[in-house]
Amino acid sequence: MERPSVFTPELDVPRFVRMITGHGHDRTVGLQYRAHGPGWCELELPYAAELATDAATGILASGPIFTMMDVATSISIWLKRQEFQPQATLDLRVDYLRPATPGRCVIGRGECYHITRSVAFVRGIAHDGDPEKPVAHVAGTYFFTAS
Amino acid sequence: MMNIAESPYALKMGFRAERDDEDRLVIAMPSGEDKVGRPGFIHGGALAGLLETIAYATLSEALGLEDRPSIKPINVTVSYMRGATESTTFARATIERLGRRVANIEAVAWQDDPAKPVAMAQLNVMLARS
Repeated sequence: MERPSVFTPELDVPRFVRMITGHGHDRTVGLQYRAHGPGWCELELPYAAELATDAATGILASGPIFTMMDVATSISIWLKRQEFQPQATLDLRVDYLRPATPGRCVIGRGECYHITRSVAFVRGIAHDGDPEKPVAHVAGTYFFTAS
Repeated sequence: MMNIAESPYALKMGFRAERDDEDRLVIAMPSGEDKVGRPGFIHGGALAGLLETIAYATLSEALGLEDRPSIKPINVTVSYMRGATESTTFARATIERLGRRVANIEAVAWQDDPAKPVAMAQLNVMLARS
């Protein structure tokens, strides 16, 4: 099946990512492009009090962090394949190593480390300033819905 | 940790607490442009947020008013079974085991038919008693 590939060498990846994150739930939680490379993508989640799980502590709910890691790992697959192919999340596991510090921007890096004909394997971390002290670690799989 | 009437995140997501026929807690998440992922479908992250919220709310209820340990998430694994289309999503949770220090919870989300879940989550939660 012929698929339009948006991944020409001229593709402006930051612009492509901003286009994706400018809509829907990505925009609701405020996802921003940060960086990318072959097979990986970094996004950031600026702190917002309205995303806190509890107004008293100001600690971010885990939902927005989960959302960021889902999007960062999804994009990492397209960057690894250099092709945009429809895919669905099969599963995503998040280990919450510690709460993110209230007020700090959370950075999420997703990486696609293996691809088969039907499945992509991803992993990633989220941190709030120091990648050596992550707040979360994720691992997951995606299924290529068109294959 | 998660009182949905007081949580800014729950408020922003529009979560509504309801009861099913068996008087079990159910949370309804209205659909809208603010929940969309790929066009026409609810974002997996919004579903994960709903599943985590019902799990913590169900756990808080089971702990009652006397026993109030602080609830700390250890991890969550979300499995996606079907594309969730743009309609209201419901979720409920079952506490598989409530120990002194750890609780194991399963949460399920559906739209039209509870027998056809759109996503499920397994959570391990730490209970810290001071």
